[in-house]
Amino acid sequence: MEKKTQPSIWKSLRLGLGILAVLVVYAYGFQVTKVDLAEFRKESRQDSRIRVMRALVKPDIFEFDQEEFTVFAPIYVPCPNQMPQIPPPDPNQPYLVIPSQCGKPNQSIQVEGFNFQPNIKGPIFFVPSSDPNASLALQRGNIETDSQGHFLITIRLPNRPSEEVQYLKVVTRRNVGLPRFSQTAKDTWDKIIETIFLALLATTIGTLFSLPISFFAARNLMKEVKSPLTSISLAALGWPIGIALGLNAARLIQSFLAPWRHQSPASLVLGVGSALAGTLLLRWAVFDPRREQDNRSTKMLRTVAQLAGLVAWVLAFFALSQLGVKVGFSLASHLGRFAFLGNFIGQLSDVVTVLLTPAVALAGGAWVGSLGGELGTKWNDTLPAAVLKLLNSLFSAFAMATLFGLLGWGIGWLYEIKTIAYTLFYPAAVGAVLGALLALFTQPKQPLPIGLVIYTLTRTLLNAVRSIEALIMAIVAVIWVGIGPFAGVLALGLHTIASLAKLYSEQVESILPGPIEAITATGATRLQTIVYAVIPQIIPPYISFTMYRWDINVRMSTIIGFAGGGGIGFLLIQNINLLNYRAASTQMLAIAVVVAAMDYLSSAMRERFV
Amino acid sequence: MLEVRNLTKIYEGGVLALNRVSFQVPQGQFLAIIGLSGSGKSTLLRCINRLIEPTEGEVIWKGVNITTASPQELRLVRRKIGMVFQNFNLVYRSKVITNVLCGRLGYVNPAWSLINRFSQEDIQKALRQLERVGIADKAFQRADELSGGQQQRVGIARALMQDPEMILADEPVASLDPVLAHSIMRYLEQINKEDGVTILCSLHFLDLVHRYADRVIALNKGNLVFEGLPQEIDDQKFKEIYGREAERIG
Repeated sequence: MEKKTQPSIWKSLRLGLGILAVLVVYAYGFQVTKVDLAEFRKESRQDSRIRVMRALVKPDIFEFDQEEFTVFAPIYVPCPNQMPQIPPPDPNQPYLVIPSQCGKPNQSIQVEGFNFQPNIKGPIFFVPSSDPNASLALQRGNIETDSQGHFLITIRLPNRPSEEVQYLKVVTRRNVGLPRFSQTAKDTWDKIIETIFLALLATTIGTLFSLPISFFAARNLMKEVKSPLTSISLAALGWPIGIALGLNAARLIQSFLAPWRHQSPASLVLGVGSALAGTLLLRWAVFDPRREQDNRSTKMLRTVAQLAGLVAWVLAFFALSQLGVKVGFSLASHLGRFAFLGNFIGQLSDVVTVLLTPAVALAGGAWVGSLGGELGTKWNDTLPAAVLKLLNSLFSAFAMATLFGLLGWGIGWLYEIKTIAYTLFYPAAVGAVLGALLALFTQPKQPLPIGLVIYTLTRTLLNAVRSIEALIMAIVAVIWVGIGPFAGVLALGLHTIASLAKLYSEQVESILPGPIEAITATGATRLQTIVYAVIPQIIPPYISFTMYRWDINVRMSTIIGFAGGGGIGFLLIQNINLLNYRAASTQMLAIAVVVAAMDYLSSAMRERFV
Repeated sequence: MLEVRNLTKIYEGGVLALNRVSFQVPQGQFLAIIGLSGSGKSTLLRCINRLIEPTEGEVIWKGVNITTASPQELRLVRRKIGMVFQNFNLVYRSKVITNVLCGRLGYVNPAWSLINRFSQEDIQKALRQLERVGIADKAFQRADELSGGQQQRVGIARALMQDPEMILADEPVASLDPVLAHSIMRYLEQINKEDGVTILCSLHFLDLVHRYADRVIALNKGNLVFEGLPQEIDDQKFKEIYGREAERIG
């Protein structure tokens, strides 16, 4: 019997201890979060709460022209020995009745009003004889009429004795004419429009960049990408060389075009001409499966022509964007009200100019990298395994040394380490050893899952970026481009890239593999397969996610202003800090309306497209 | 002439899907491939156009060694080999005509094709192929609005767009009812007889094999266990192909 009861005691004890532990946890939670109902019940808190709530339910949207209406009543302070004759007030107009029409200083007297506007409020003042233009506010000096336009108020006379007649003054205001939008409403309108466009631009930027990235973050596509170590190392070596080449090419082209910067016709001719030349060259140079196989020299010639065509296109882009900047901004100064269109052309061209250099660098990297990769594949197919192993260890050591050297350079730049041994020699040496080891421990002809490596890197990067809230990114963006909506666009855009790329890539991962197989079997290239088998499957979810993201961005852009990112949040936080709750309420209302409308719009559009 | 020599495929994880399979198919033959599910039929067909990379062995077709072809050569080979699938593998959100035009991707200018532009010639050709398989009126509907049998006809039209000299059909009628199965098989037969296209077709039902095939090969656990005429499959052979407990139903 004892043996049976003992465990049950233990069990109860354990349960009791568990409950005690939970209680302690919550008790500590109360302590940490400072739960304090006494504060909550304090009268001053209650008063402010009620005041703020009442302000919040009265958003400052409309205002009226106001008509001021003033009523005077004579009074003697103190009562004179002989009361002068005071004419009775006109009973058809609003009038005040003071029982004895005099009183001692600091005496409380009753004042009655008749024939006022029903249900209005207004202040009551004391007008001293010494200064007829002054109005002394009285304590609790606000009248409030009933539905008959009558009021009764007890006031305390001020300590202003005088033998002359003095006056009590009641001022009432009433709205006249039609309501019109208040200044707050107009400001709110401007800012909410800014907010919507901020969200639109951020979503557009995010979508444009996350589209290509999403393919690199899709496991099912990247899993297939495998290369032998020779190709990977040569491609890795080719990338930095290509990027350097591309950067220099872009710089050369720009300096070539610089003399014509201010001559629009010349820029136009150069741009259109080189675009045409580039198109013709590329048409001839791109492999066309309708033709039979080329011989060796034609192949070489085609490669050269490809390069020339691409350079011509880059030249065309640079020339046309240069033209765009010039024409756009000069249009802006002539278009008057539509200056924003010219400005748009100018800024867009400027964006193209800015983006073109990194794009050319990347393209150069990709080109030289793929050349290296092709060379590697060729050697991999033709050379014997032993030779390949030797070459592999050499190339792989070189490639890893380059990679680590670049990383070390970056770290050295960030932390301002001046010792070249730490930033270049040691990392390069470590890279070389790692590369050689990699080559030693892999079969020379075995394809390595390089796609999965890229996939993992992309995913890690996306996750890291996504974990930083847009509000925090906005702080950095504000430092970079200054306070204003553009900082908000950058911050939201960056965050959108990371989250959309993840959502998109998950859609790519869930597509049916069958169509890809079928399209590949027709002899289509990898790009064609993506266009015909992957994209049709992902368009509906992509549209849906983009709409959803726009929705989120509208919501986010309403608060991005808290950090200086422009939009309505900027106004809202200002008004909250100024305790201007009626204006803040207007902005909150605007946010609620816009978010609700976006919600409805996006769901309606999603239904149409998906 | 298609020649398969010692074709072996070992999947990651060590599963032996094909074990030194060798056979020859003369141009214009209708070859049926039979065997249980998992016997390597699909792997064999996909190794021929290298949708699956074979581990060892060679596939030589019209004098070209497909197994060692470069990516560009491989695309030129693939565009002459149509393929028809059990699950049709259409792009369901695209129009029927777009699905059919996909068969032309190996021929067209790659740049234009990326923005969905095909020549008028190709579009007319696609419409003719759809007419040939009897669904010309469905050309501008979405592929997922079609019934199973119609979808497989789109699959055949897509293969025909390639001007194929060989068609690999991977259980083309396994997800269709018997009536539809025959209609699809008749299209394949017609393509084989009229256009002289070699057809390699994996099948489940022996009556279809007897009715349509010129010759049969049988796989069992990756091994080639039979090669001959359809009439030569007697009860003894049947048990060798499908195992001791199997019973003939068709």
